[in-house]
Amino acid sequence: MAHQAIVVIGNGMVGHKFLESLMGSGQHFDITIINEEAHLAYDRVHLSSYFETPAPDLSLGRAADYEAWGVKVAWGKASSIDRETKNVYVGDQRFAYDILVLATGSFPFVPPVPGKDLNGVFVYRTLEDLDKIRNYSQNSKTGVVIGGGLLGLEAAGALKNLGLTAHVVEFAPRLMPVQVDEAGGKMLKRKIEDMGIGVHVAKSTECIFDTDDSGNVAGLKFADGQTLETDMVVFSAGIRPRDELARASGIEVGERGGIVINDSCRTSDPSIYAIGECALHSGRIYGLVAPGYTMARVLADVLTGGEQRFEGADLSTKLKLLGVDVASFGDSFAKTPGAEEMSFIDPIKGSYKKIVLSSDGTKLLGGVLVGDTSDYGMLVAQVQANTVLTNPAELIVPSFDGARVKAALPNSAMICSCENVSKGAIVTAIRDGASDLAGIKTATKACTGCGGCAALCKDVLNAELVAMGQIVNNYVCEHFELSRQELYDIIRVRHYQNFDQVLGHHGNGEGCEVCKPAVASILASLYEEYVLKDGLEVLQDTNDRFLANMQRDGTYSVVPRMAGGEVTPEGLIAVGSVAKKYGLYTKLTGGQRVDMFGARLEQLPFIWQELIAAGFESGHAYGKALRTVKSCVGSTWCRYGVQDSTAMAVLLENRYKGLRAPHKLKSAVSGCTRECAEAQSKDFGIIATERGYNLFVCGNGGMKPRHADLFASDLDDETLIRYIDRFLMFYIRTADRLQRTSVWLEKMPGGIEYLRQVIVKDSLGICAELEADMEKHVQNYQCEWAATLENPEKMATFKHFVNSDLQDDNIVFVKDRDQHRPIYDFERLEALPMLNIANN
Amino acid sequence: MSTAIATKPLETTWTDICNLEQIPVAGGVNALVENTQVAIFRTRENKLFAVSNFDPFSKANVMSRGIFGSTKRDGRDVYKIASPILKNTFDLETGQSFDDLSVFLRVFNVKLEAGRVLIGVLW
Ligand code: SRM
Ligand SMILES: Cc1cc2nc3c(=O)[nH]c(=O)nc-3n(C[C@H](O)[C@H](O)[C@H](O)COP(=O)(O)OP(=O)(O)OC[C@H]3O[C@@H](n4cnc5c(N)ncnc54)[C@H](O)[C@@H]3O)c2cc1C
Ligand code: SF4
Ligand code: FES
Repeated sequence: MAHQAIVVIGNGMVGHKFLESLMGSGQHFDITIINEEAHLAYDRVHLSSYFETPAPDLSLGRAADYEAWGVKVAWGKASSIDRETKNVYVGDQRFAYDILVLATGSFPFVPPVPGKDLNGVFVYRTLEDLDKIRNYSQNSKTGVVIGGGLLGLEAAGALKNLGLTAHVVEFAPRLMPVQVDEAGGKMLKRKIEDMGIGVHVAKSTECIFDTDDSGNVAGLKFADGQTLETDMVVFSAGIRPRDELARASGIEVGERGGIVINDSCRTSDPSIYAIGECALHSGRIYGLVAPGYTMARVLADVLTGGEQRFEGADLSTKLKLLGVDVASFGDSFAKTPGAEEMSFIDPIKGSYKKIVLSSDGTKLLGGVLVGDTSDYGMLVAQVQANTVLTNPAELIVPSFDGARVKAALPNSAMICSCENVSKGAIVTAIRDGASDLAGIKTATKACTGCGGCAALCKDVLNAELVAMGQIVNNYVCEHFELSRQELYDIIRVRHYQNFDQVLGHHGNGEGCEVCKPAVASILASLYEEYVLKDGLEVLQDTNDRFLANMQRDGTYSVVPRMAGGEVTPEGLIAVGSVAKKYGLYTKLTGGQRVDMFGARLEQLPFIWQELIAAGFESGHAYGKALRTVKSCVGSTWCRYGVQDSTAMAVLLENRYKGLRAPHKLKSAVSGCTRECAEAQSKDFGIIATERGYNLFVCGNGGMKPRHADLFASDLDDETLIRYIDRFLMFYIRTADRLQRTSVWLEKMPGGIEYLRQVIVKDSLGICAELEADMEKHVQNYQCEWAATLENPEKMATFKHFVNSDLQDDNIVFVKDRDQHRPIYDFERLEALPMLNIANN
Repeated sequence: MSTAIATKPLETTWTDICNLEQIPVAGGVNALVENTQVAIFRTRENKLFAVSNFDPFSKANVMSRGIFGSTKRDGRDVYKIASPILKNTFDLETGQSFDDLSVFLRVFNVKLEAGRVLIGVLW
């Protein structure tokens, strides 16, 4: 039987990696690659080293290898695809395919600036471009690069190496706006200027001009009227995917370009695949080599019957530009909800380090490094390995323990993401005799892709120490130079009633998705205000704004309160019939109640009308508020029970329901020491004893479980409730945003002993106040859903469209087991509404 | 071949949507405009922004239900919107995502006439 014919268009880095991976599979195909460049694949990442003397060998694909693999090379530019007959044309030459792979990369974007076609204007992408730049530079003195991103700085360095006076012009107010933040950008600018390269930020180029109609570049004119004289210009203003072949043959491309692929790298035509920089996966284009390599490996696996999938990639980058090290990795702009930033600036050594941490400070999410990236690989590996940190500051501050942190990386930690090499593999290679970086490269292939992991590879080889100082803050966000506790105190003392007052007196800008819900929560804790009150509703996270939990498809889940997990048969029937009537998926939650999923925004009021008529109340599953007080059945039924734990759970849940807090609050009451309600994993947990109740505080399940601490023993009902009142109000006053009680206690100087002093001994003299605050809460509690149903204006907002009664047609359910669920994206790849491209 | 930047004005069709007062201050609503969902936001100064209601990260029609705010860019405050699902934020003027600069929300023309909000679509 004839082998399947694979045609690959493009012999760039990713196209080459695909061939290499496919050869490793041991299966046979009839492969042709179409290559428009004058060389077989070469290392574009290290393109700039082409100007070094002697120029290094950048070739990746070698004729001898291709020949040995049986790969045919067609030299030329693919001009069209005929999908019906499955042929690709290069001019009038025809290549038949069973499987077509588009690895066409991208082209440099040249903005439509007048003068862009003058002699002396270049782009920076191929060996050919570099040849042209070198030739022209021989009669030039000055060169300007337009674009201060990663490639632009690299190009500026190259011009300088060619002996020119070099400048970089950047439209944004800082260099490398995509990778580094403001402070990092400043440090970078200083360093680049120190090397003698002119840096012009916040400059928009109006035109490139010549003199006396010579047709040769003479300078640039900026929008602000200033000019910059130069003999040559290199554009480095971003890249655009080369999707023209796909576009012309009717394959789906993204709104902003890029060939749409699914997790198998398949395009909208089942016989055609796309990989590398030309591919658009989940709305993203990856301009880096590592994700392209991953796609290449995935595709090779898919075509040989494997199960690998491309599930997106990290945009971490590290580079050395003219001797300046720059890196950004993971969530470098702290976009994760609750993320905290910690930074360290050393103006003497010229280094800037910022790390982004999870809200509780135990996970590293990302960061930015300028001037010293020696720890880049270690930090990226910490992100990927999801290591639990006990002292995150040690990742960036001077310490003589740097080696310990590195040594603590697990063997499974990924060191080289280009070549998929784990720490374990490197350690094995070292044990087997590799004694330097070159040895590790040969043995494992680590560090042979983008090179970003070199430092970490060396670190694994011989850990070294770092020495620096520290700047840390816990501001809520960029709009307030205040912590949550400071905000709380200010609002309480000044009696502010709305966000505008707080922002006007203590903040800047318009606020954001971090500070708005934080202030709304504080106002709710302080004044028991209706969360949808005019002006407050726009501050709330969507869950609070529509009093339900938003799901991944934009529908909501509905959770009525079932205090203590207790529910009557009539209640269950009512819930059942509501769910049936509105077609909701039902499930028992981990919090001892029933959740109904898949409610459309416009259905919520109707659902609640029926639930409230049946005697239910809001369960506040959506709020940073009391969730549930779980119970065990206790002495009323259980043969071991020593107190009526269910009655106590119901009482506590009804007392604290609706209480807004820095984070959600959970509780449980067990009827005896067997602890069936798992009270020791709760923010406040109660376990019955022969003489009363033991109170446990600051437990946590979830991401970082913590056993609760025994706070007080054998309490009578009244004392128990008094202590809990004080405890909760003290937490609400002093915790950080999104800080559960467990983390709050761990960070509290003096710990549980101090807490006992405050709550039991009233050492701060505030207990009367705390109790009064709680009494106010109990008195003013109202079911938010009941209040909303009585308010026609608020009811009107529960509509998908302001100008139509139609429903969201993007919400689609799929049958699953005996119920249904929202459709997964891959199940509707064919019909994405956003991909309509007008050819203009 | 088309480039990503639309410079020449095509035909703009204006659709009347709602009264200004129907949009909460510093908040948004979703409108149906010729089969397209458009999220409209109103600032405290009654400036209006309109972008696609479709969140490209979560692939759900939810942007109007996000939190409106601002962030400092180039030394000035730019208005932004945070998706309610995974909290990805976008520049309301350009539609560009702050998380991934290659991702955009489509931006629509919007104007206020005699207290009515109108959305203009370039077709
Ligand atoms: C529905 C439920 C899962 C289930 O099907 O059983 C659930 C679902 C969610 N949990 Fe949970 N958790 C549920 C019980 C739990 C439990 C068990 C418990 O409460 O006894 C835990 C561990 C206990 C704990 O919190 O200490 C739990 C630990 C979490 C965490 C991690 C918290 C932590 O401190 O580490 C999160 C994330 C967070 O809050 O930041 C979370 C967040 C969520 C969110 C809100 C995620 C989100 O933003 O969409 C889910 C939304 C629910 C929805 O849309 O209705 N859920 N979640 C449970 C609802 C209980 C209820 O009736 O209210
Ligand atoms: C100067 C420079 C520095 C870089 N530094 C880094 C870095 O430090 N780290 C990093 O991760 N990435 C870096 N990159 C990016 C990296 O090089 C790319 O991500 C990578 O090369 C993408 O591989 P690709 O195969 O998708 O595209 P390409 O390597 O561009 O290959 C595509 C090939 O397809 C060919 N082609 C296109 N259309 C046709 C057609 N119709 N017919 C025939 N052939 C066609 C093109 O000519 C090209 O040869 C850098 C890029 C440059 C230019
Ligand atoms: S904790 Fe267990 S044993 Fe004790 S009363 Fe509850 S159910 Fe019974
Ligand atoms: S991570 Fe790119 S070469 Fe190792």
